[in-house]
Amino acid sequence: MTETTRTIEVNQLARVEGEGALHLAIDGGQLTAAQLRIFEPPRYFEALLRGRDCREAPDITARICGICPVAYLMSSCAAIEDLCGLSVPAPIADLRRLLYCGEWIESHVLHMFMLHLPDFLGYPDAVSMAREHGDLVRTALRIKKAGNGIVALLGGREIHPINVRIGGFYRLPTRAELAPLRDELAWALDAAEQALLPLAALDFPDFERAYTFVALRHDSEYPMGRGRLVSSDGIDLPVASYDDYLTEHHVRHSTSLHSRTAAGGVVHLGPLARYALNHDRLTPRARAAAQAAGLPPVVRNPFRSILVRGVEVVLALEEALRLIDGYVPGDTPAVAFEPRAGTGYGATEAPRGVLYHRYTVGEDGLITDAKIVAPTSVNQAVIEADLRHYVEPNLHRPDAELRAVCETAIRNYDPCISCSAHFLKLTVERR
Amino acid sequence: MRQRVLGIGNGARRDDGVGVWVAQALAARLGDSLDVRVLGDDGFQLVDALGGIDAALLIDAVQSGAPPGTVHRFDAAREPLPPALLRCSTHLLGVAEAVELARALGQLPARVAVYGIEGADFGLGEGLSAPVAAAAAGLVEELATNLTDPPCTNTP
Repeated sequence: MTETTRTIEVNQLARVEGEGALHLAIDGGQLTAAQLRIFEPPRYFEALLRGRDCREAPDITARICGICPVAYLMSSCAAIEDLCGLSVPAPIADLRRLLYCGEWIESHVLHMFMLHLPDFLGYPDAVSMAREHGDLVRTALRIKKAGNGIVALLGGREIHPINVRIGGFYRLPTRAELAPLRDELAWALDAAEQALLPLAALDFPDFERAYTFVALRHDSEYPMGRGRLVSSDGIDLPVASYDDYLTEHHVRHSTSLHSRTAAGGVVHLGPLARYALNHDRLTPRARAAAQAAGLPPVVRNPFRSILVRGVEVVLALEEALRLIDGYVPGDTPAVAFEPRAGTGYGATEAPRGVLYHRYTVGEDGLITDAKIVAPTSVNQAVIEADLRHYVEPNLHRPDAELRAVCETAIRNYDPCISCSAHFLKLTVERR
Repeated sequence: MRQRVLGIGNGARRDDGVGVWVAQALAARLGDSLDVRVLGDDGFQLVDALGGIDAALLIDAVQSGAPPGTVHRFDAAREPLPPALLRCSTHLLGVAEAVELARALGQLPARVAVYGIEGADFGLGEGLSAPVAAAAAGLVEELATNLTDPPCTNTP
């Protein structure tokens, strides 16, 4: 190859949530830069929370994302409840987990089948794929709808649910209201197990990396709404120590802050991390599904995240059925509380990984400081590192092929850059 | 014939809500016999709502540069919708993509009449701008007549 500059720009990356671009610079056959450029404009949520009543935090932050509003509701409730020393009773904790199951199901199924699978089957988008794999797409949409049903019932509506508040809910569903969800969820559980099998036979790139996985871990359950912060390199911290472990910093090429460990390390959040750190907490059918899909207890190939998401869908469906069957409405929809001054910390497992909220509240109950760290912003550095490792052996390929390869590698993380657009730009600069 | 009116949009963004306004006006005019659904920006709900019927009337706001209040008409059963015109969705699927997904899945009704009303004001707030309100009222008159006097006879 001649010593030429080669620039590959993916200017609009498709099938991710939000606006971003990728810039690759290749100099004399060597990759010199791989930058995920997020140009989604900053939305200043942390600033606009200042001066607002702490009880408003869940509904305000839920507006950050139309795909995972439940995660924002749950993390902000966890943080304010931590601040107020509030612990919700088991029926409310169970209902929150059921709501979270709904979000995992809809978000994961959307990404697996509509955004990620076309890459592996060689289609430009889900519509083209649907022409030849109609049954699979129909099945996926029906499973997704079963998840939507949970969010619509418990949250009051499918997008931007409005029924969650600090201490619990505004209104509890009756057993009779939950019962009609059951048959469809039971169908979806069988269907999800079956749908996972052909995915396990896909041709995955032979690519593994030694990630530092970070996820929540709970005493008895696969993590969703609670747990301690643990990592594959041995940290085990209360959520209140999050800031001691991960700190945010600005990089020139992104409007989204990057995160590093105090030692400068890059961490990996999301399904692969949850699964690796909580394999012993899988439900029976999820464990069987993982086995049937040929997954070892730790998966280090990010392309196989589509399978791990499938295992988590099985888990969420199984958990949803268990929670519905065991549901007995509590006496009160929410625990009463009075705001107090201090700082509270909350973290829950959004579909894309740990979502951290921290609030400082004054004597008047108003928020004086807020910090929100979305999993996609933490994952930016690991996505860039994946790209460097994955692209290097593929540099001889034409730009169009490189572009496709990079987009697939980015989609491994189901990046939710925001919900306002869905394209990413790739630039490759060859020198 | 099973037909359904689908009003798409966000009533809190002024003219973006014109599709919803037209659907609700038709529902008020024609009563319970009319199958009306109001949809937001989740294209998957639209894919779902297009299933199991023979004819769909879909009303949405558009932004093409035409004078505000212009009514664009498309026969989506015959050909794909111009995606640039109907892609203002904050989520995965816009209207045009949702229609194409329904077509790919073989669940597009035999008749899909799409009415795109050119909006002027997509800012925060409720209520339609004057030219859009006039166009919407005119469209309601037209559709109400067509719906009460359908070209096909009802089948049980």
